[in-house]
Amino acid sequence: MSSPESSPYKATEAAEHTETRKTEWPLWEIFIRGQHGLSHRHVGSLHAADAEMAIKNARDVYTRRNEGVSIWAVEASAIAASSPEEKGALYEPANDKVYRHPTFFDIPDEVGAM
Amino acid sequence: MYAQMIKSTGQGVKSLDEMEPQERAFQERIDAGGKIEPKDWMPDGYRKNLIRQIGQHAHSEIVGQLPEGNWITRAPTLERKAILLAKVQDEAGHGLYLYCAAETLGVTRDDLTRDLLSGKMKYSSIFNYPTLTWADMGAVGWLVDGAAIMNQVPLQRTSYGPYARAMVRICKEESFHQRQGFDIMMKMAKGTDAQRKMAQDALNRFWGPALMMFGPSDAESVHSAQSMAWKIKMNSNDELRQKFVDQTAPQAEYLGLTIPDETCKLNEETGHYDFAQPDWDEFFDVLKGNGPCNTERLEARNKAWDDGRWVREGLLAHAAKKRSAKMAAE
Amino acid sequence: MSDPLFEYLCRLGDNTLVLGHRVSEWCGVAPVLEEDIALANVALDLIGQTQLWLGLAGEVEGDGRDADRLAFHRDVWDFRNVLLVEQPNGDFGQTMMRQFLFDTWHLSMLKALAGSSHEQIAAIAEKSVKEVTYHLERSTDTVIGLGDGTEESHDRMQKALDRLYPFVGEMFLSDDIDAAMVTQGIAPDPASLRKAFDAQLDAVLAEATLTKPADDFAHKGGKTGARHTEHLGHMLTQMQWLQRAYPDASW
Repeated sequence: MSSPESSPYKATEAAEHTETRKTEWPLWEIFIRGQHGLSHRHVGSLHAADAEMAIKNARDVYTRRNEGVSIWAVEASAIAASSPEEKGALYEPANDKVYRHPTFFDIPDEVGAM
Repeated sequence: MYAQMIKSTGQGVKSLDEMEPQERAFQERIDAGGKIEPKDWMPDGYRKNLIRQIGQHAHSEIVGQLPEGNWITRAPTLERKAILLAKVQDEAGHGLYLYCAAETLGVTRDDLTRDLLSGKMKYSSIFNYPTLTWADMGAVGWLVDGAAIMNQVPLQRTSYGPYARAMVRICKEESFHQRQGFDIMMKMAKGTDAQRKMAQDALNRFWGPALMMFGPSDAESVHSAQSMAWKIKMNSNDELRQKFVDQTAPQAEYLGLTIPDETCKLNEETGHYDFAQPDWDEFFDVLKGNGPCNTERLEARNKAWDDGRWVREGLLAHAAKKRSAKMAAE
Repeated sequence: MSDPLFEYLCRLGDNTLVLGHRVSEWCGVAPVLEEDIALANVALDLIGQTQLWLGLAGEVEGDGRDADRLAFHRDVWDFRNVLLVEQPNGDFGQTMMRQFLFDTWHLSMLKALAGSSHEQIAAIAEKSVKEVTYHLERSTDTVIGLGDGTEESHDRMQKALDRLYPFVGEMFLSDDIDAAMVTQGIAPDPASLRKAFDAQLDAVLAEATLTKPADDFAHKGGKTGARHTEHLGHMLTQMQWLQRAYPDASW
């Protein structure tokens, strides 16, 4: 649910957001691998004082319904993220490389499964 | 409903022509069913409204633990105790997911918590009503969760990505909540005279407050119009309330319970149930802080926060010591 | 005296029943959301274990009492839990210290029970070992973290230890019922678990910078039912109230 990519914003109802953050536990992003062999998937975030606690908390928060067999916890501030402005440059060049997809090639039916 | 009385900041909805290019692109993306993600540009009002709405929704989950938590230690069987505990635990989880979604907008959970504790931010009015008998566990699941689901299912399609994803997870987990409430009601309604009396009494007390959960009629509201244009509100309050009554009235009949509203009948012409408006004066009183349990709820949250301070600080201090010991060793 | 096996199963079931109830009292008011959720998981595990232990106790007794009947319709003098678990939650430190002391004993007891000659007991123990292994990991981390945390958290944890240590000894007392279980190969002699417990306790307390009280005095009377503390009665008035007030109802 969460994402490491936040931008600071101070204008909530409470004007007096103190700058000191020393009593806040850092935010961790949680990735879980389910039982069916798929890779770890981002499931959400949580707060924890350190990595060990983050994994234990993830076990309690995000695997209550048998969702996973392996947990990764990454401190949110340690994640490097692409920025949306670069979307065009990063992803559009792949659009016209249609030959990378199997459906690009017409194989006669009589050849059978390929 | 969790966004009851959110005052949005806009002066009415701008048309696409009136917008600067950036805002126009933003609105067009929403109109086309696209998602807004944390690092994307967004109008200030959108961010501000979302923080309030998601924060209020999160607070509602956390404060919402209290009226049901009130009965965990008095649950009548081991199984009922386990089910109720698992349900209230889910609510803590939902609060957690939602706070995390709000954190992507640049506030921290502690910021939002402080706003809740000081009374600056609100939570759903329903949780300011007391739970007086075991049947209330049934009524809360059946009516309150039933009303909540009406609101939350469409929010899975809301325009803000992290919020929508949180709602997907919440809706998936919530699916058992209403059923367990109805299950309690069935048992009570078909039980002894005393149990039936408890069940009817619970329905009597929760019917009006459940209808209020959708908020007052928003036909005239510019705020609602803006929120709907931004797709952070998906249906009108009246629309959802009607849907709720249409769904719930036949269920009450099945239970053999009477909805405390003589006018609540199926209207053959419209195909919908007619019903009387709840007491809106009471609603505004509750919102102002004068509900039956406003004081207790905020006291309980403040106490938990104050009592927990040394724990949060202690574990953080230990983590810091561990970190420096590790660095020294390397 | 009633059947020793029935008595013994009530001891196991009442421990988890009473502690599960105590831990569930935290729901909604824990120091941080993540902890709220974790504590609920512990309580849920313990309630589940209670259903199994007391269910089996009812079967063994053969009088048609099921787990709910035993949990909600017995009086204080019928309860067989150790005094430690009925102690009030106190602050979060006291709750976690109680949890740690019990978990440490509980896990070693369950591991031994997993090799019980009684098939159903072995099966319940084996399932519970997995759950309690995690409980112990978590309570150990918390005791260490708070003991070693700030000055305030350290002081509170030391106070919690001082308050609860007199209830440790009872977990290792052996009586006729235990002897009967040992003879039949059903359960270990509790006294045999003490040495490993002490070693583990010392290691954790050292890391937590906490000091074990010098006095080894131990309160007793819980597992025999001879004399509970006043706290249990209050807990039962709450826990059993609905069942007792409406005895003809089903829920």
